[in-house]
Amino acid sequence: MIEVRFSGQQGSFEIDAEFNAPSKGVIALFGPSGSGKTTVLRCVAGLTRLSRGRLVIDGDVWQDERVFVPVHRRALGYVFQEASLFPHLSVRANLEFGQKRTKGGERTIGFDDVVDLLGIELLFDRPTANLSGGERQRVAIGRALLSQPRLLLMDEPLSALDRMGREEILPYLERLHRRLSIPVLYVSHDIGEIERLADSLILMDRGRVRAAGPIADLLVDPALPLARLSEPAAVLDGVVREYDPDYGLAKVDVPGGTLLVAGELGPTGTVRRLRIGASDVSLSRKAVKDTTILNALPVRIDAVAPVGDAQVSVRLRLGTDEAGALLLSRVSRLSWNKLKFQTGDSVIAQIKAVALART
Amino acid sequence: MFDIAMIETILLTLRLAAVTTFVLLVVGIPLAWWLARSKAWGKEFVAVLVSLPIVLPPTVLGFYLLIAMGPDGPLTALIGRSLPFTFEGLVVGSTLYSLPFVVNPIRNAFESMGERHWEAAATLRANPLDAFFTVALPLAMPGILTGAILGFAHTMGEFGVVLMIGGSIPGETKVLSIAIFDFVESLEWGKAHILAGAMLALSFAVIFAMRLVETRFKSDLR
Repeated sequence: MIEVRFSGQQGSFEIDAEFNAPSKGVIALFGPSGSGKTTVLRCVAGLTRLSRGRLVIDGDVWQDERVFVPVHRRALGYVFQEASLFPHLSVRANLEFGQKRTKGGERTIGFDDVVDLLGIELLFDRPTANLSGGERQRVAIGRALLSQPRLLLMDEPLSALDRMGREEILPYLERLHRRLSIPVLYVSHDIGEIERLADSLILMDRGRVRAAGPIADLLVDPALPLARLSEPAAVLDGVVREYDPDYGLAKVDVPGGTLLVAGELGPTGTVRRLRIGASDVSLSRKAVKDTTILNALPVRIDAVAPVGDAQVSVRLRLGTDEAGALLLSRVSRLSWNKLKFQTGDSVIAQIKAVALART
Repeated sequence: MFDIAMIETILLTLRLAAVTTFVLLVVGIPLAWWLARSKAWGKEFVAVLVSLPIVLPPTVLGFYLLIAMGPDGPLTALIGRSLPFTFEGLVVGSTLYSLPFVVNPIRNAFESMGERHWEAAATLRANPLDAFFTVALPLAMPGILTGAILGFAHTMGEFGVVLMIGGSIPGETKVLSIAIFDFVESLEWGKAHILAGAMLALSFAVIFAMRLVETRFKSDLR
């Protein structure tokens, strides 16, 4: 468990942020610019010190009223927006910088593993100045990992990169997520990145935590601003059951239902994250026959909130019990009223498209 | 062409410049670091004091040093012996005189480095002292080299401070600029020419070397 509480004045605005997060997986800190997410991350690292702070990592107090563990004694890795590689050192020496300063007993992440994970072996002999933005950031991530962190902090690691650089790095971040058990606090203002990477989400606004919880729950909460983004979506983790090679469709079990997804998604038992856009989900009272839509599943209307004058945002729960996965649908207010939908109704969700959130 | 006395003078000058440069770096690097990083209120006041020798006539600085080093001076009381007309006295005077030429470029180098690498080093478990030697110093190396070369060159050419506190004792305080002055006073133009020419060549070489080193380092660090 990661317990975070920081408050105080930072420049012209006030931070009062408190959240608990599981110490595993990717915990995204999301919010508009100026919401204080980077400040919170810097406080966790100990780089910024606000008037009041408390930070406990798995029972170890890193900071409270009496304790302030200095940055260099916190077992964390920090990946900055700009790679910040040391220009006077080679790529290899950059990677070894943090590792050399750890004790032998702490070294659970091996040099070769990191090099392999991030595909940076061929960069060793190049001067850091000659690396591309994506390559630099990969080296910076490797450097942070090799300092044997118990917590990895990433401050918009993709924002300084162009589109190609981003596409280059994301698969590495996903691999990192699959292969290592270190919790990651990931600051971003790009919901697409978060849908792909995050397990939990801390939603920040004007220096405060607006909501915190599993990403699948927060993305579909009609009361939160996430559901009012231009392209809201639900993410759900499904397990591949079987693949039909004749039609190129995989059957994926999700809590409360089964979805047909195009593509061979791996052997039976593979966990894949799916993304379903709210505008790709329509609702009907009864099952529609003679339609090209593959996925039509029984759901219950769980919550609803208006979006502007014309639309409503509807949260749906798959299946018949409380264990079902959540979906989000955006439909016109006119249809909503005409069909007299209400919270609690059992309806059919027609899902036009299911995409893979992770490649 | 050079007689023994001239060679003695040249060697003394080089020795003074070398020792002074060493002292300047030992004093100047921590001072520059403090000026670059501290948020202390009195910092700019210290910065002005350090920079004073740029505008102050060397004779003024020499005059005050002479008083400080005199029999009743505070410096004498502090170290327990009188420094005027000794090599050590010259080192003290030259260090103060050349301080701004060493501190300012190094301070600029530390400042232009910014926080980023310093913070990165801390997150990679380097304590402040460790980060100073393994990150800040190497990154500031172009500035440190510039400062060292300027300090060296400036000390080689100094005259006023030496005249006030050193006099002209061969092998102890008689440096190049004093020797040239003495030769001119006694109308030995030929000898003055030789030393002046040597000085000119040396100065050219020093500045030239500095340019080379700077270009080299900048391309390395880019």
